[in-house]
Amino acid sequence: MHEWALAESVIKTAVEHAARGKLRSVSEVAVFLGELQSIDKEIFAFALAELVKSSFKGLSGCKFRLLAEPAAFKCKACSKEFTLKVLKKTEEEAENIHFIPEMAHTFLKCPRCKSPDFDITAGRGVSIKFIKGEA
Amino acid sequence: MANLDPRPSVIGVRLSKIKRMIAVTGWKGGIGKSVTASALALLLAKKGFKTGLLDLDLAGASAHVVLGAGGAFPKEEMGLEPPIVAGVKFMSVAFFSNNKAVPLRGANVSHAIIEMLAITQWGELDFLIIDMPPGINDAALDVIRLLPRAEILAVTTPSVIAHSVLERSLELYKSLKVPVLGVIANMERGAGDRSTTARAVCKRPLAGRRAGNRSGGVRLRLDPREGEPRLLAGRVRYDSALEKALGSPDKILKTNFAKDLGKIADFMFCGMPEL
Repeated sequence: MHEWALAESVIKTAVEHAARGKLRSVSEVAVFLGELQSIDKEIFAFALAELVKSSFKGLSGCKFRLLAEPAAFKCKACSKEFTLKVLKKTEEEAENIHFIPEMAHTFLKCPRCKSPDFDITAGRGVSIKFIKGEA
Repeated sequence: MANLDPRPSVIGVRLSKIKRMIAVTGWKGGIGKSVTASALALLLAKKGFKTGLLDLDLAGASAHVVLGAGGAFPKEEMGLEPPIVAGVKFMSVAFFSNNKAVPLRGANVSHAIIEMLAITQWGELDFLIIDMPPGINDAALDVIRLLPRAEILAVTTPSVIAHSVLERSLELYKSLKVPVLGVIANMERGAGDRSTTARAVCKRPLAGRRAGNRSGGVRLRLDPREGEPRLLAGRVRYDSALEKALGSPDKILKTNFAKDLGKIADFMFCGMPEL
């Protein structure tokens, strides 16, 4: 349920964005949920809905689009590009990556050269694609 | 537009009920930062202060070893609630690494730190002690950027190398206007009663606001023969018994190391409300 903490960050960012842009309301927020962090989409959506109730009124009609973003990696040692599907991890390791996605460097290795020195080029965790609203 | 990272927006909220944040640093490795940070947290908790300890030395996390925190794990509750170890709320990357290496490049260090700060629910604290990694790296710069209320408590040893590195760090903190509480001279041999000569530095940080010599730099003077030690918060004697106490908070609190550090803490935080 640590999804709540991240959902709260999305709400707060949307509110701050509205304040900066002098928006009366926010109509749509698109959120990427990176495959690596494996955020529970239902819990995240529920948390957003609950948090909106006690937030800026201009968010009350906001539609949150939760978009799955596939994880992608590139090895810095051998330049191999790979996806999460080819990597093996235990349930406990997946749970640790769920809390701190950078633990991927502890538990995952490049499938070709076995190096932990790779870039997470996409699909790390929670990020906001766009925020739309009316002034 | 580029993707927005929402996590930094809640860091201030997560830290809003923390009265003081003390970053224990010194830049040099092996000078006792982790033991000092951990023991300071234990001492403050024992005095009745609500205390947290955050280990930001991701590559060399060791506060969990000092505290003997094996088996502890955060609780999921609207984020992560740190487990309480010997009265101290404790958070470390070690909870998630299964005692394996955490080989992170700079940007990933920042990501991990932001994640920890965004999801950790500290609640009300009198003190959050931060165990900093050696060097001026991503973690150190992130603390300055993300925790602007953090005060620096530097650790050094009698080594001229440690002093040299420390002077450079204090120079940078001064230029960045980061408040420095003072310097703990650790592993002092033959310090005798001088270990108790902690200076009261409560309330007002010494550097970043007013410390500095005529050239505008910060010159560290820990040798009393050079005059009044400008930034010295106190001396901690080398304690050969400390190593055997590691892993047991009760034993650590009984060491001469903790006794010396406790005197310094008494002086440093004398401005805090009486309990």
